[in-house]
Amino acid sequence: MDLHELYVVTIIAEPVLEDHITRDLLAQGATGFTVIEARGKGTRGIRTGDIPGQNVRIETVVSKPVAERILKRVQDKWFASYAVIAWTHPTKVVRGDKYVADDA
Amino acid sequence: MNESGALLEILRANLLSPIPLAFALGIVARLLKSEFSLPKDIYAGLGVYLLFALGLKGGVELASAPLGVIVVPALVTLGLGLVRPLTSYGVLRSVGRMGVADSAGIAAHYGSVSAVTFIAALAFTDGVGAPAEGFMPTLLAILEVPGIAVALMIGAVRLGGDRPTGDVLHEVLTGRTLILLGGGLLVGALSDPGAWEQVKPFYDGAIFKGALVLFLLEMGVVAGERLGDLRETGAFLLAFGIVMAILHGALGVVVGTMAGLSPGGATVLASMAASASYIAAPPAVRMTLPEANPTLSLTASLAITFPFNIVAGIPLYYAMATWMAG
Repeated sequence: MDLHELYVVTIIAEPVLEDHITRDLLAQGATGFTVIEARGKGTRGIRTGDIPGQNVRIETVVSKPVAERILKRVQDKWFASYAVIAWTHPTKVVRGDKYVADDA
Repeated sequence: MNESGALLEILRANLLSPIPLAFALGIVARLLKSEFSLPKDIYAGLGVYLLFALGLKGGVELASAPLGVIVVPALVTLGLGLVRPLTSYGVLRSVGRMGVADSAGIAAHYGSVSAVTFIAALAFTDGVGAPAEGFMPTLLAILEVPGIAVALMIGAVRLGGDRPTGDVLHEVLTGRTLILLGGGLLVGALSDPGAWEQVKPFYDGAIFKGALVLFLLEMGVVAGERLGDLRETGAFLLAFGIVMAILHGALGVVVGTMAGLSPGGATVLASMAASASYIAAPPAVRMTLPEANPTLSLTASLAITFPFNIVAGIPLYYAMATWMAG
């Protein structure tokens, strides 16, 4: 089987940020993403659950430079005022060429 | 019977009706840490039904109402939408000594409106035999947005920085309340009266009132979840949530009566003016003024002002309206 070395980026955020973050992902070179609802507790405590609606867990598989751009963008734009956590992890992906945009 | 006796009688009659009682049951269930809550899709579905029904009925009435009757109440309502965020912001800043972000955030909630409070006021005025004018849902649609916009602008100007105000206003304008209520008004106004009669039993009458009681039960659970936050938000906000409701309610009674509304209509307008948003405003404030603490605004609107209006505010505004009309 043909496996490609890529990076999975995971971002867990307040529900109001979903559209903004996913728009950014695509703009930074991701070719797609998955969003699922998430529950949990963090340093911001109940503040994260304040707005009606659930936190979201956004995931995307991208090349290393795109992953770094996405994380930098999330850090610059959202970390100061919102409940957001983001990380990346190397992974091996089947059909990996699908996840790399031509210009990335 | 003297005036205070009459007010007490109205308060008692309101308390012993299904809407506040179901709401109280929801709160009690939450305080007892019961596992009960309405499945969230049913809660959302009931919300859609209530708003759309309100829009449809209002639209049908709107089609048959002469334009001249609506213009002045509509302008007065727009005025309330512009003034309420300013009074709220002023009180929060000067009396409450709160910061710009928190003041503007809370003012956005108190500049907008709670549709459920509005519907409860309609049910109340129907119940006491003083039904409000049929075009009232149009006024609800008018009052929803301006207050949020004014408060967000205050915050954005005072705090500076790059804020997605345009995006956020688009989200508010296309939110479910305006689509269902505004869209329902249009559908109702355009519908042929014969065709409306065929669907009317589903949207008007016993089914609507029953759905409202069920919705209030879950609202009680939602409000009950916030009661614990009152310890954190403090005495000033508790007083603010009640005093502001009474002040805005009294203002609504006065301008509503002067605009030619019946006592029932003035009561419903006052209840709208006295209410605070907890659906449209929170995400808009979170996106535009992230520095504001959402616990403050949501607790004030949901755990203080909303229960106050359901239990005591609406009958109080009705007493004011009948006194002013008489």
